[in-house]
Amino acid sequence: MSALGDRLAGWLGRGAAEDAARVEEAALRSDRFRLEREGDWKRLEQIVGQIERGRLKRLSDEDLLALPGLYRMTASALSIARETSLDQALVDWLETLTQRAWFAVYGPRAGLGRWLRGFLGGGWGRAVRSIGSDILIALLAMVVGTVVGWLLVSSNPDWFYALMPSGDERQPGASREVLERTLFGNAGQDGLSVFAAMLFSNNAQVSILAFALGFACGVPTLLLLVHNTAMLGALLWLYHGQGLTFELIGWLSVHGTTELFAILLAGAAGLHVGRAIAFPGNRAVLDAAAEAGRRAALVMTGVVLMLIVAAILEAFARQLLDATMPRLVVGAFMLVFWIGYLFIWRRGK
Amino acid sequence: MSARRATGRIVPDAERRKRWLTTPEGVALPFVLASRGTRAAALAIDLFLVGAAMVATTLALLWMAQGLGLNASTKGPAGHALQALAIVWFVVMFLARNAWFLAFELGPRGATPGKRLLGIRVAARDGGRLTTEAVIARNLVRDIELFMPLVFIGGAASSGGDTDLASWAGLGWFALFMAMPFLNRDALRCGDMIAGTWVVEAQKRKLGQALSLGGAAAGPSAATGAVYRFGPEELSVYGEYELQALERVLREGRADTMAEVAATICGKIGWSAGAGDERAFLEAYYTQLRAHLERGMRFGRRKADKFA
Repeated sequence: MSALGDRLAGWLGRGAAEDAARVEEAALRSDRFRLEREGDWKRLEQIVGQIERGRLKRLSDEDLLALPGLYRMTASALSIARETSLDQALVDWLETLTQRAWFAVYGPRAGLGRWLRGFLGGGWGRAVRSIGSDILIALLAMVVGTVVGWLLVSSNPDWFYALMPSGDERQPGASREVLERTLFGNAGQDGLSVFAAMLFSNNAQVSILAFALGFACGVPTLLLLVHNTAMLGALLWLYHGQGLTFELIGWLSVHGTTELFAILLAGAAGLHVGRAIAFPGNRAVLDAAAEAGRRAALVMTGVVLMLIVAAILEAFARQLLDATMPRLVVGAFMLVFWIGYLFIWRRGK
Repeated sequence: MSARRATGRIVPDAERRKRWLTTPEGVALPFVLASRGTRAAALAIDLFLVGAAMVATTLALLWMAQGLGLNASTKGPAGHALQALAIVWFVVMFLARNAWFLAFELGPRGATPGKRLLGIRVAARDGGRLTTEAVIARNLVRDIELFMPLVFIGGAASSGGDTDLASWAGLGWFALFMAMPFLNRDALRCGDMIAGTWVVEAQKRKLGQALSLGGAAAGPSAATGAVYRFGPEELSVYGEYELQALERVLREGRADTMAEVAATICGKIGWSAGAGDERAFLEAYYTQLRAHLERGMRFGRRKADKFA
């Protein structure tokens, strides 16, 4: 019994003999069970309390290493107490303590900074590749949308007004000079306001919308992708009519390769969630949605970053590069960069 | 949302919000879901703090720019530097909201200041690890749930009368997003559904002294020196439910209640104990009843209450 007494003394920091005597004295088996383990439980409570108060750094390595073991011990003690003890105060307290320790042990493992490093260093690409089939579907929708937009407007120019917001000088019948002016010679424009407008405006919204609408089984996402690329098709047709196709593509590609890529990924993320909700397979709908949602959220985090890059490109690179060739070079470079970074570059595999 | 069960007993609110999770160790733990009001209040606190932080940063930067003699019309290298700073500021403002929630919920304390203040936190619905991805997912979707409807309403208001059908449809869709916590039993918002999480109350409790260890639980009464011993027949009239009620009475320690309870027990088991030594009597009865019931438990016999 003296070994037990020594252990108790270590746990409780009280007189060993006194505690051993208390354990012996206890008439009930469940009380002996409690007294023998209370020291460990109290230690766990103290460790968890420190973590809850945000004093992680003040914990000794010993305590941190002991945490998982103490948690498991307490959890199993709770199971035993439920079956053998009628000390309600003890069972309730053990439940709460196990819960608090569970939060500490099974909380998020990586902080924001560490996660971000992992995300940029390969995690993003992995997430994107894991929804590859959805990306193909979204890409198909976007190509179809562009073609449909072109065909619609070329068969009947009235479609242009239906597709594009009104009040723009870019409309059927506009002269080559007017159209050219929209593409070149804006170097004097204040990059800052363009940047701000871009960041909080249309295409950022389209991306987020494409993802949000995925919840409705993905159908509205497809419609949105088709609609927005139909606008692109209509615009291409308009500039093609004045022989400015190449110039327009240059103008668009500076930020467009990044931005359309972002919209593509956002649409694919939306479709991924939508598909999981529509066809959950053997899982419960909520479980399927959660699993798909976690993957899609990673992709969407990347989309937000891409939109910021696109905003910077649109605001500054396009204004600085006032000719088609350099614009195309930048656009193509960005496209190659994204494809290489997201699809080809793999790490740790 | 019936507050009554088949028994007709009224179920308390906290009981209705109680859910059981099984940890990876296979231990079932009770959790109480945070109420919608609490969560809304936590969100309001957090948004206020984010807003305050954003305003404070902006003012500090402006003050610094002014101190250096820079303003929007500055040209040359200084102007470019200012522009670059302004871009950083835009990006920070754009990301501040999400960064706030992510940094705190992924940090060691696992909850934003608003949540911590109100004693709630995020947990994985399956009882397993709360992954970083889940936290990111639930916070990313908040933007869609909360801010997109505002953008839409703003858009509808600014476009005046000619709001087209698509805008209305969009508004309806986002209104549905916003109302989602009211449309399911677990008060999940879309972000919770997508991330596989829910928000629960973070409980704290102090461990009460074991009643079977002190006073007259084991030995004679301090006041009268009497030793109370009960036989198996006298102990088998009550079950676990009554034992817990007795535990509560002893912990409260109010003399009149104890006298009443002691009288009831005496009546039930056919004793005629005198007045004045109720506490010792009840402690002894509690301890021996618990010993009796726990012995039964070890043999697989549980007695839920006196009717069992």
